[in-house]
Amino acid sequence: MVTQKSTDEQQDLIHTPPEVAIAEADVRPAEAGEFVRGTSLWRDAWRRLLKNKLAVFGLVVVVLITLASIAGPTLIKRTFGFTPDYIPTNDVKLIRSFPPFTGPDGEFSWAHPMGTDNAGRDQFARVLQGGQISLFVGIISTLVSLLIGVSYGAIAGYFGGRIDNVMMRLVDVLYSLPYIIVVIVLLSMFRSQTARGQLILLFIALGSVSWLTMARIVRGQVLSLKNQEFVLAARATGVSGARIIFRHLVPNTLGPVIVYATLTIPQIMLTEAFLSFLGFGVQAPLASWGSLAADGVQNIAIFPWQLIFPGVTMALTLFSLNFLGDGLRDALDPQMRTV
Amino acid sequence: MADRSNHNLLEVKNLRTYFDTEDGIVKAVDDVSFQLKRGETLGIVGESGSGKSVTNLSIIRLIPDPPGKIVSGEVIFNGSDLLSLPNEAIRKIRGRRIAMIFQDPMTSLNPFMKISRQLMEMTQLHLGHTTRQAYDHAIKMLETVGIPDARARADNYPHEFSGGMRQRVMIAMALSCEPELLIADEPTTALDVTIQAQILELIKTLKRETGTSVILITHDLGVVAGMTDHVIVMYAGKIFEQARTTELFSLPGNPYTKGLLRSVPDPTAEQGKLYQIPGLPPDVAHLKPGCPFAPRCDRVEEICHREFPPFVQLNADHYSLCHFAREVYAASGGTPVAVETV
Repeated sequence: MVTQKSTDEQQDLIHTPPEVAIAEADVRPAEAGEFVRGTSLWRDAWRRLLKNKLAVFGLVVVVLITLASIAGPTLIKRTFGFTPDYIPTNDVKLIRSFPPFTGPDGEFSWAHPMGTDNAGRDQFARVLQGGQISLFVGIISTLVSLLIGVSYGAIAGYFGGRIDNVMMRLVDVLYSLPYIIVVIVLLSMFRSQTARGQLILLFIALGSVSWLTMARIVRGQVLSLKNQEFVLAARATGVSGARIIFRHLVPNTLGPVIVYATLTIPQIMLTEAFLSFLGFGVQAPLASWGSLAADGVQNIAIFPWQLIFPGVTMALTLFSLNFLGDGLRDALDPQMRTV
Repeated sequence: MADRSNHNLLEVKNLRTYFDTEDGIVKAVDDVSFQLKRGETLGIVGESGSGKSVTNLSIIRLIPDPPGKIVSGEVIFNGSDLLSLPNEAIRKIRGRRIAMIFQDPMTSLNPFMKISRQLMEMTQLHLGHTTRQAYDHAIKMLETVGIPDARARADNYPHEFSGGMRQRVMIAMALSCEPELLIADEPTTALDVTIQAQILELIKTLKRETGTSVILITHDLGVVAGMTDHVIVMYAGKIFEQARTTELFSLPGNPYTKGLLRSVPDPTAEQGKLYQIPGLPPDVAHLKPGCPFAPRCDRVEEICHREFPPFVQLNADHYSLCHFAREVYAASGGTPVAVETV
């Protein structure tokens, strides 16, 4: 640990582990007249998160990119009058891909800050729209993995014994499979005709391979939680097993689950980009950062902006999400930080 | 419900609960029988590991299985054997008709649930309350157990409550369905003395008001003396002595009970060494034949190491597990009755 700590930070350390906070609150005499306002775990964590500059940077960038992706295409339509898939048809030029800030005749223009692609579509609008799909895939697939992983892990951990053994060995087996190949096989076996269908298939495929670590995390948490007295107390009040798992145990695992989920989103986005790059992922007319980069890489020597912009946007987003996830982990699990 | 006020509410017969551990089979509870009448309070005392808690967890079938197992016995509650009920049925009894209070109020409330929600869960589950009803009932219960400003405090989380308040919440929870039997497993061990007295007083008052029967598990003889009608002294998974509270304290019929009574600090004696029973409780996984207390007993004779002692009846409600029960009883000043039970 660093020798010099500001008093504020020391204060912070005292408050960090919830058990310590509890003990401290109890030491204070109840009749002292001063009302003990407990700092909640979440408020504490939020305060710690705000102290982490990288995490705040990540949070800001993620929020900005998300907002831009959601509102951007509509705003561009309002301002310049074209949609992301608008292909200019009035002029028949051989080369339609212009560098950034350049109009069709080589003059400076605000209309295409990221240039245009091979068909003459606005690259900026395409990147923003691709962001929608990429973030959407990342979030939905993470939710799928959350749903499967948390339920699976909690059930295995709670029942323990043979059930746990069988369930976790299955996870081990799935772990040992190269998941990218599993996804590719899944996607090519159930190839969907429509772009939308392919997208849904992508959610399922990505979600169903990324729940394994989540299941392990939750199982570990539940194993240690289920021997605590409040679980016995709940059982002694006649609460059923399912209710104990989902009402009493799962909420107590929330901290690590949130942390891991934030770190899963970039991981899945990267996988999606990789799959789209290979042509298994998002199909035209939908675009994601991965498929835009795949288009761009074909022309990298002549029209480098076609690769650079989607690539840089994606890298920035992934960095930010990872910073945010790391920051959340430090904020929610303060014991780890001191190691 | 039929009025059975003269009958036993609870009858435990030959209960045996064993744990299968790496060390061998631990006979945590071995052949324990007792009765509890409606409205009475039964105290169970004994050192750590004597089987007090396991006995009571066995009653509502909360023994962790594996490694624990109720090997044999009957637990007759209101005429039906709890040990042979299906899981679904026993769940309806837990909390509704038999409620429990645990030792450590710090850990027996879910840290992630509001106090009100934890109280509401009980009545919604067992009494079919709507959210509104359950909430009002929760507030009422909190007021009953003496939480000041209950309405404002109900939506707090457990960590915002002190230990004594949390134990009050536990009691509120346990009593919210008006159970017929309340099992309090060392309800005051984790609390400091002033709070301890308040909590015991609260249990006493509520018991008087609701007519609930209580099983009070403790290792504090003072608590037993002030709270209970009958006492069971447990040692190494066995009942060593069983009597009315007044009789047990004045006329103990077992060397172990005598030892326990002697090791209670006497506030009037300003100096002198506090008596303690020599040695440690035996390893219940490897009990030798003979009396399990023999190595620590000050009245031990050769037969104690050889033969397991008989369960001797000393008086109407007084039994003792000792080869010399009658002599010990007589030495305390009692006159043993003629009947002898083995």
